[in-house]
Amino acid sequence: MSGLLRIALKLLLNDRGKFVTLVIGITFSAFLMTQMTSMFSGILHQSAANIINVGAKMWVMDPAVETPQNSIPLPNYVLDAVRSIPGVKFAVPLYIGAGLVKLDDGTYQAATIIGLDDATLFGRPTMIAGHILDIYKNNAFIMVKDANYPKLNSPRIGTSFEINDHRAVVVGLAHTAIPGLFGLPTLYTTYTRATEDLPPTRYQISYILVEPKSRTDILPIEAAVHHLGYLALTDREFIARNDRFYEFKTGMGTNILMMTLISFFVGLSIAGETFYMFILDNVEHFGALKAIGAKSRELIQMIVFQALVVGFLGFGFGVLLSSGMIALAKLKIPNYAAMVTYLTLVLALVMVLIISIFSSYIGIRKVTRIDPFDVFRG
Amino acid sequence: MLKAHGITKTFGEGPSRTVALRDVDLSVDYGEMLYIVGPSGSGKTTLLSIISGILRPDAGQVVVKDRDIWTLDSDALAGFRLQTIGFVFQDYHLFPRLTTTENVAIPLILRRESWEQSLAQARRTLRIVGLETKEGLPPYKLSGGEKQRVAIARAIVSEPDLLVLDEPTASLDGETGRMIVSFVKENILNAHRAIVIVTHDSRIYEYATRVVRMEDGHIIPGGG
Repeated sequence: MSGLLRIALKLLLNDRGKFVTLVIGITFSAFLMTQMTSMFSGILHQSAANIINVGAKMWVMDPAVETPQNSIPLPNYVLDAVRSIPGVKFAVPLYIGAGLVKLDDGTYQAATIIGLDDATLFGRPTMIAGHILDIYKNNAFIMVKDANYPKLNSPRIGTSFEINDHRAVVVGLAHTAIPGLFGLPTLYTTYTRATEDLPPTRYQISYILVEPKSRTDILPIEAAVHHLGYLALTDREFIARNDRFYEFKTGMGTNILMMTLISFFVGLSIAGETFYMFILDNVEHFGALKAIGAKSRELIQMIVFQALVVGFLGFGFGVLLSSGMIALAKLKIPNYAAMVTYLTLVLALVMVLIISIFSSYIGIRKVTRIDPFDVFRG
Repeated sequence: MLKAHGITKTFGEGPSRTVALRDVDLSVDYGEMLYIVGPSGSGKTTLLSIISGILRPDAGQVVVKDRDIWTLDSDALAGFRLQTIGFVFQDYHLFPRLTTTENVAIPLILRRESWEQSLAQARRTLRIVGLETKEGLPPYKLSGGEKQRVAIARAIVSEPDLLVLDEPTASLDGETGRMIVSFVKENILNAHRAIVIVTHDSRIYEYATRVVRMEDGHIIPGGG
């Protein structure tokens, strides 16, 4: 580190009151920004749980569908039509619906029921107890052992209960990548049983899961499904569509954005004000440095360096605090929807850098305007 | 070593226009300890600022070590000040959050000398001004006379050819003021250095090798 930057660092660190205020201000701001964006990321991620857990490359749906939770049933002929599209390696139906589980103690608990294609069981979860083929037994259901598992009184293999007045027997326990957003337990069964047990509508296929022969077949398949009057999306496109729904069609995105901006402005005002006071305290000394022979760009380097030091420290502490809070919350609430992603980190870092640049800018304006003659004039 | 010729400087415009210096000539030689004295508003600080490359004159020429300093661009002029001139400001302008050694080392650090070398040279210079026991202290723990000596140490640490002191005794009692100026004359002034002091403290005139008196932006002929 050059001597000038060392001097800048000592000036900053030795003014403990302002240094601590600056770091706390930016830490607080970075913490809130990371917390807000992480919560939103977690919500988006968990709202796409079915897409991620089922793991199909392409999904065919009604064009009005915006999230995987709100499917609009498709007529059976669409499945045949999709299967006949060139480039489709195979296509299978998927049922996603909600069932009402009556527990031993007489209470009811809503649950997500996923009906897998009987022939292929495509989209099946990873088994942790029992065998997947047991799903073909009478009244068989496979229970997902996630954060919502205790809501059905933590059933074991052989436990039975009623789903929509039909007998259901747990034949296996499974694991999925992520829990759903709405805190419902998840049960897998065959497509046939799901459509028999749950209240039928005129059409029953929630989604058609498609495996293209190759990546180059994706666009032609999408076009062909569009020609049928339906919508085919890759898993990524479906996740993006789900994200857009939560971002723009619910108040959630706006609220999170507002809270993030408020956190940004709080950090900006605390850091800007304190840094300005710090520069004001040293302004005559900076003037003396100029008189001695310091060039303006050297003073600018010192100020930018000081602002970046407090910026990066505040960012680091803020992210640490936020990650700690999320980890702590997940210990108590296992399906707490928050996740720190690279995007949330980059977003918080960019905002902290803007705070640092703004703070240093007002300091730089002050210092570059000092006339060394004023140091003589007093 | 320094020749100033025809220096004119005005401040403000229109009715508030003030002429601070009118066609001033001044020369300083190596080995000289020149005092610029005069009442407040006579233009002595303005003249000091112009000859030390801080304030641009409206007209005139300042030649230091054969270089016309006001033909240099701002970066070159800053570099010239750093290499050639040492400054002692009236209010010292020491960084309160740095130690005395770090304060003294600043001109060397600005010259891009290494941190360790700069501090070592600063410690040697503090010994010259008799402050070797105060090396690690911040300036606010020093007396006025000690602060002045730190400021002098900072001004001479890079061994400048010209040392300029602005009212060096203004914040000191009479005895300390005389001690400081006497110290400067005996230990800092030499045949390879010139010193210019702006003051209106008549108690220290005896230490000058030459005195020029200013009034209303003029140097009064024979005024010393």
